[in-house]
Amino acid sequence: MMSRLRLMWRKSLNNVMLTLTGVAAFAVVSVLFLILGYLVWNGGKSLNWDFFTKLPKPVGETGGGMANAIVGSLKLLSLAAAMGLPVGLLAGVYLAEFGGKMFSFVIRYTADLLNGVPSIVIGIFAYSLAVLPVRHFSTLAGGVALGMMVIPITVRSTEEFLRAVPGSMREGAMALGASKWRTIITVVLPAASGGIVTGMLLSLARVAGETAPLLFTAFSNRFWSPGWNQPIASLPVMIYTYAIAPYDDWHRQAWAAGLVLLALVLIANLGCRLVLNRRGAIRSV
Amino acid sequence: MSTATTIEQAVPPAPRSRTFIHRLRDGDEVAHVLTLVFAALILLITSMLVYELWVNSHLSRAKFGWMFFWTRVWDPIFGNFGAAPFIYGTLVTAIVALLIAVPLGLAGSIFLAELAPRKLSDSIAFLIDLLAAVPSVIYGLLGIFIVVPIMRTKLGPALKSALGFLPFFQGPNYGVGFLTAGIVLAIMVVPFIISVSREVLLTVPREQREAALALGSTRWESTWKVVVPWARSGIMGSIFLALARALGETMAVTMVIGNDPKISASLFAPGYTIAAVIANEFTEATGDLYLSALIELGLVLFLMTFILNGLARLLIVATEHGGGHP
Repeated sequence: MMSRLRLMWRKSLNNVMLTLTGVAAFAVVSVLFLILGYLVWNGGKSLNWDFFTKLPKPVGETGGGMANAIVGSLKLLSLAAAMGLPVGLLAGVYLAEFGGKMFSFVIRYTADLLNGVPSIVIGIFAYSLAVLPVRHFSTLAGGVALGMMVIPITVRSTEEFLRAVPGSMREGAMALGASKWRTIITVVLPAASGGIVTGMLLSLARVAGETAPLLFTAFSNRFWSPGWNQPIASLPVMIYTYAIAPYDDWHRQAWAAGLVLLALVLIANLGCRLVLNRRGAIRSV
Repeated sequence: MSTATTIEQAVPPAPRSRTFIHRLRDGDEVAHVLTLVFAALILLITSMLVYELWVNSHLSRAKFGWMFFWTRVWDPIFGNFGAAPFIYGTLVTAIVALLIAVPLGLAGSIFLAELAPRKLSDSIAFLIDLLAAVPSVIYGLLGIFIVVPIMRTKLGPALKSALGFLPFFQGPNYGVGFLTAGIVLAIMVVPFIISVSREVLLTVPREQREAALALGSTRWESTWKVVVPWARSGIMGSIFLALARALGETMAVTMVIGNDPKISASLFAPGYTIAAVIANEFTEATGDLYLSALIELGLVLFLMTFILNGLARLLIVATEHGGGHP
């Protein structure tokens, strides 16, 4: 009798707990998608053509857009790409093709730790490197901050995709008399190029939404910012300043900017991950 | 090469198959050194980061010493700076976030790894990975306009009437504060916990589950008493990663915590975190001491997340190589 009761208890515990885990999984997914749906709905309502073509209006006037912030984000991203991607790529080649055991482990570990440094701290670092010496905010400083955040992700994804290239391809090239360097350039890198490029895009998509490191490096700007030496507006910083401001029209624009930023980041991620999944999964963290 | 070796038979063979000069001419050594330099650049950047934080916080470290951590005053006008309210706020919001996110995330990852059919599990994991990519300023935006009103009008009063006898749920409720920040952080870190824990759970050998089931345990018992303990250091790793992210998160917290440097027991009270005060006051910092105090806060935050991340990586690596089984 006791054992029958105990069995029933164990079976019902089994059912209850397993149901709870399912409920938790679906609760998480649905809450997340509800709030994102809210963003899409609100942002879609507020989005219009002016948003992409006009400059922000002064406080008190309604209307205007964020054309300068969109261009600003693109400029910052291209700077970040120019500074961060080559470092990440070459360091990744070192880890996959040349590295010894101990030193590679140290580099890999450091890259992971750099990846985990809070973005606001990266901002302070970029500030002391590129703002303090010249005593003014600039596009360049913002690019330095974002570029440093691009490096660790690019290194790890480059290394993983190079390692996925079969050793027989390297041996084949070397058997034909190619030096190691030639082998890497003409055989290994082209074979892994699809994965490496998507990994780079993913890292750019990640820094595209970064706000904290830009607050005191690129700062912000209500106007166009020609050249690389002046403060510049960017979409994430605009979302922040507009969201915490007390004006309804600014809130409307913050929603619109949020939708645009989210769409950019999610489309980049979706595309990259679909490509990557076909080639074998990549660790996301 | 081959002709050279046949002629000069007497010369002992080179220790390596090709000489240094050869490899240099082929570009191998150049390439090796070039890529090595860039790899070393990562080390250089990280050590310069530490160096700059250390040097630029010199004024504040020299003036306040260890008292910096215990002082509860943050007074830019009289140049009196203490980190206590910010450290408190950072820890409290992160703990609240984990209290919400860990049970949900763990349950979710168990469902995805143990119960859901592989296809469903993979597609949900895919969606969850996408959510982890959403920029934090967007979570902040949603926090201001969704979580804060709900907190002010519904959740706050409900908690007050149900648990109002606890000191955590007393005092005025403005909608912004520790609890709101904790909830927003929880929403942000849940995807991390689920994604990493699921992967760790999937690495547990199938035999472990089969053995438990063969001994007559139910599905839940095999999961909870065998699979989860096997994966526990990896799961701890995922929680540490989430904690490090919660501690360092800036924008979403800045937008909903109320930005008031006070230590209060009530979770409804507005507070401040390290990252938030840096974000808000860095550009307005007048005077070198003020700036230096903010940079020292950055150093504290860096060390906190550095240690946590280091531990987390070690734990995850340990599980994936041979299991965290005793």
